[in-house]
Amino acid sequence: MSPDFWTFTAHLLWRGLQVTILVTVLGTVLALVTAFVAGLGRLSDHGPVRWIALAFIEVFRGTSLVAQLFFFFYALPAFGVRLAPMFAGVLAIGLNEGSYAAEIVRSAIGSRGVGQNEACVSLHMGKALRMRRVLIPQSIPAMLPPFGNVTVDLLKNSSLVSLVTVGDMTFQAQIVRNQFGNTTVVFAILLVIYFILSQLIALLSRWLERRFALDRDRRSAPEPRIRYAEATGGSR
Amino acid sequence: MTWDSGFALSLIPQLLAGLRITVEITVLGMLIALVVGLFVAVVRRSRIPVLSWLFGFYVQFVRGTPLLVQAYFAYFVLPDYGITFSPFLTGVIVIGINYSAYTAEVYRAGVEDVPAGQWEAATALSLPVPRTWVRIVLPQALRTSVPVLGNYLVQMFKDSAVLFAISVYELMGHVEAIGSDTYRYLEPVTIAAVLYLIVSLVASQLVRLLENRLALSR
Repeated sequence: MSPDFWTFTAHLLWRGLQVTILVTVLGTVLALVTAFVAGLGRLSDHGPVRWIALAFIEVFRGTSLVAQLFFFFYALPAFGVRLAPMFAGVLAIGLNEGSYAAEIVRSAIGSRGVGQNEACVSLHMGKALRMRRVLIPQSIPAMLPPFGNVTVDLLKNSSLVSLVTVGDMTFQAQIVRNQFGNTTVVFAILLVIYFILSQLIALLSRWLERRFALDRDRRSAPEPRIRYAEATGGSR
Repeated sequence: MTWDSGFALSLIPQLLAGLRITVEITVLGMLIALVVGLFVAVVRRSRIPVLSWLFGFYVQFVRGTPLLVQAYFAYFVLPDYGITFSPFLTGVIVIGINYSAYTAEVYRAGVEDVPAGQWEAATALSLPVPRTWVRIVLPQALRTSVPVLGNYLVQMFKDSAVLFAISVYELMGHVEAIGSDTYRYLEPVTIAAVLYLIVSLVASQLVRLLENRLALSR
């Protein structure tokens, strides 16, 4: 293997890595927004909102991501909508992973104790305030581990954008293969880089889980209990 | 250029043929995943010095890398070492290996759910280890694992679309072929999406039924 090969490969893979990270970050942002919009939509009091959210989630979870990618990239131009490859890629991946994450949001919020909701109602909190100040914050710790998995999936699925001509790492590896035919080395490096990236995401996710763990709340829990005892004249 | 129903109708037989291949890949790939995953889970649980660690790494590595890159690796690299399979067979093996890392985790969770007392009772009766696995632990572990494995089957059905990239003529492979022949993607992509949706919705319902059934008979 000539030094030529190594400079060429390093150069292309470095450029590809930046694109992979960009697609993953933008995809994650879109997936998060989608997850909360569709997930809260599923919990709405209005029937039509619930049905639209359900239909959206089922369609994006029920069809293959490759099909969605093809639809945004190849089929939309038929309606005169021509998306840049990168945009089509981020849109497909973000909406797809977002629809999985929407179910995480829905089930995490849906599994809060009824008492929390009832307490809010008796304090005369509106639905929006209830969500924003009580139900969503309480649900975050339950959402974090599955969100971490979704982000790792998103990173891995970002390799599919190479199929619609986005120059991510996988795309650049193919170019190296066509130029030099050194398939083994290039694809082995590619696998290792993806593995390292997914381990980094897993680490970050675990750190966030510790940061938002419910144990932290438990430390401050005794205080209200004392107040409760005072308020009831210490009868308990 | 918008939707052309005549053109769309004319594509249906070809796309159904593609769907058939997709289903075949899914069934064969799942068989590999079920067997390899079980083997991996048992070896990991058995705490055999180096081997259990290696299998743990295998699970993490396979789960940490994209299916597409794994498929390219098998398709482009293995022939350099004299190993050549048809694209179909390569695809089945790659997706089977890929999902074995996930099924191994499902089995592991199932095995961990089996109370320690079951193991201790088997030891007290001096049951040989293989028989403890086959007659005591696995039957209990599988009951909790089956619905989760069913969900992975549905997931694999959708993921198999990736294999068109190594020229497997499954559903998306046909979409791509039609698209590059006719420059019309809207109809084939839409029909393919509808086919994926129908099959996966029906399959998810079946998995849910199975889950309820297994849960009730507890």
